[in-house]
Amino acid sequence: MSKPQSPTPESDSAEPSYRDIPGTYVFDGARCQRGYVLNMFCMSLTQESNRDAFRSNPSDYLDQWDLTPDQRESIEKRQWLRMLELGGNVYYTFKLAAFDGMTFRHLAAGMTGVTIEEFAEMMTTGGRPIEGNRSRAAQRAPEGNESPSHG
Amino acid sequence: MAEIFAGIGTSHVPAVGAAMDAGKDRDPIWAPYFDKIEGARNWMAEAKPDVCIIVYNDHASAFSLELIPTFVIGTAPSFVPADEGFGRRQVPDVEGYPELAWHMAESLILDEFDMTIANQMDVDHGLTVPLSVMYGQPTTWPCRVIPICVNVVQYPPPTGNRCFNLGRAIHRAVQSFHSDERVAIFGTGGLSHQLQGERAGLINAEYDNAFLDRIVTEPEAQAKVTHTEYMREAGSEGIEMVMWLVMRGAMNPVVKEVFRATHIPTSNTSNGLLILENSAER
Repeated sequence: MSKPQSPTPESDSAEPSYRDIPGTYVFDGARCQRGYVLNMFCMSLTQESNRDAFRSNPSDYLDQWDLTPDQRESIEKRQWLRMLELGGNVYYTFKLAAFDGMTFRHLAAGMTGVTIEEFAEMMTTGGRPIEGNRSRAAQRAPEGNESPSHG
Repeated sequence: MAEIFAGIGTSHVPAVGAAMDAGKDRDPIWAPYFDKIEGARNWMAEAKPDVCIIVYNDHASAFSLELIPTFVIGTAPSFVPADEGFGRRQVPDVEGYPELAWHMAESLILDEFDMTIANQMDVDHGLTVPLSVMYGQPTTWPCRVIPICVNVVQYPPPTGNRCFNLGRAIHRAVQSFHSDERVAIFGTGGLSHQLQGERAGLINAEYDNAFLDRIVTEPEAQAKVTHTEYMREAGSEGIEMVMWLVMRGAMNPVVKEVFRATHIPTSNTSNGLLILENSAER
């Protein structure tokens, strides 16, 4: 493949301050370029005929999309967080999750590495707290009282 | 002249609509939320707006990454609930108001807000859930609706200041329409929530409450808040809160807060509902 590689957001030299937000994949232009095919594959699943085609032969259906090998693997293995790293947007990846019969909570549990029961428990007790989750720089600082949640 | 008499800020959580559609709104998990918003529904039943302008965002339903318009106005005679992957919501179709919508489109564009015009557009939970929140489950929606769809999925969304100024232009547009209809404007989305990444599930009630206060009394200061602050403090999807500024900009500088409720969580979201009425001066 000779298509130009868009830089990963992390490698941009001018780092907008939103990249300091931990555990967050801001869907900017770089991510949109990188994930365009992956996201449009997910979007295709909003049509019943495409869902049927994907269900009956996943490999053939994926062949129709110009995905990178990493993106294809992330789809086949349902690596929800990896999809975001490869340019996926959660509103699009959710369409694949919905295809699998998952709710948003299942998807959230999948991205955060906990069970759906643990995620539900966190939400019903007030959600993930903002304290300790504002800033990567603050998490790296020695006085930070929280270990980084995103490497 | 037509008049915007009320502004409504509300979250547009899909699970709220799903709970109503499935008849689960009296279940123990949902009853506390629906109890809290009863006063808003009573207010709506009294207020009876002729038209609701609903500012919302599409969630990869009517639009995809092929085409990402920043501001859209729906000019169609009717709008069908979108199929978001589970079939269309079983709620009434939404009746549009082409005459007023076209008047607004012309007024806004000549006022230098370059709207995208949608003559056909399915509307997703971003628009239909706010109607369900305010009206419950009528067999037809008791108002005509003008959808204003804002991109908040692709970074960057329009700035809070731009949204606030669009609201002001909407006020001018409605005021110059030749009817004496009473119009309510909805700003929807938020409050704090994050649906993606390792930080999914973020809630920041303190920030949400401060936002609600400032929307009422210090909207111009709130309009200066950066996208990074919203995403950091209210979660990546909390950036939807900029759409409340369109509503607030369409209201008078001084407003009366007539209803407020918050509930944590509805699904994965800190839920807010706010009703403002215009005070006499502008």
